[in-house]
Amino acid sequence: MANFTPISAAIGGALIGLSAVLLMLFDGRIAGISGILGGLLNPQTKDRAWRAAFVVGLIAAPVSAVLAGYAVPIPQMPKSFITIAVAGLLVGFGTRLGSGCTSGHGICGIARLSPRSIAATMVFMVAAIIVVALTRHVIGG
Amino acid sequence: MPALASLVCGFIFGLGLVISRMVQPTKVLGFLDVFGIPSGTWDPSLAVVMAAGLAVTGIGYALLRPRTPIFDSQSRWPTATAIDRPLLTGAALFGIGWGLVGLCPGPAIADLATLSPGVIVFVIAMAIGMAAHDLWQSRAAAQLERKFAGLTAADG
Repeated sequence: MANFTPISAAIGGALIGLSAVLLMLFDGRIAGISGILGGLLNPQTKDRAWRAAFVVGLIAAPVSAVLAGYAVPIPQMPKSFITIAVAGLLVGFGTRLGSGCTSGHGICGIARLSPRSIAATMVFMVAAIIVVALTRHVIGG
Repeated sequence: MPALASLVCGFIFGLGLVISRMVQPTKVLGFLDVFGIPSGTWDPSLAVVMAAGLAVTGIGYALLRPRTPIFDSQSRWPTATAIDRPLLTGAALFGIGWGLVGLCPGPAIADLATLSPGVIVFVIAMAIGMAAHDLWQSRAAAQLERKFAGLTAADG
């Protein structure tokens, strides 16, 4: 477990939780990123301002971290843009069909002990684990 | 004011992703790669992120449940309870995409700050996927409405 970083993970996780609690306290909203983003992209949505503001804050955080001298890593992505595009389409379509992602179901939903979110989180975790096992150890070799 | 609060919340969320290093897809894949458990390379960090996030959110939500929010007349707690086919199919499709790259929506948006071409392609594809779902849903709803209108017309 050479890569395990429990302290930064706990601090970062607590901040994500704090964000979810504050968004409910102030705006009465669930901090589910796919829901926030999906609503922003849907032309029928009327409440755009808070959604756009959340997205701006989300992007401003790593920018500010870099400006403060904190090393933000360059994301390591697969070489194939086709793989990336297929993954992006699946994440976009899947999170809208399944009404949530790692934040909406995995944090906010499980925190409410929602059986729906517990089921969804188990399914996307298992699906991702199987895909990683296949791509890294079966196909990738 | 609600937008300002939301901006701050987005910023705190983003800081959480940066500090926990969940903005690095290979860190997420290091958790999802269970073959790393016997070989000793497994990275349980994501589980710690979730546990800490759940502890804070669980306590906070329990305290907020009976209250009305500061900048709105009511809290929008989710009301759906059915564990149905769209939920499970959607979660499975999302999981496949997540496992292929190691990016979910939050880190993908935060990583736009790096201007990495791969991340930009991912986010554009993700936006297309979301829009495609909503378009498909609204078309299906319109079709159902037409069918219903046809039925009532025939009855009348």
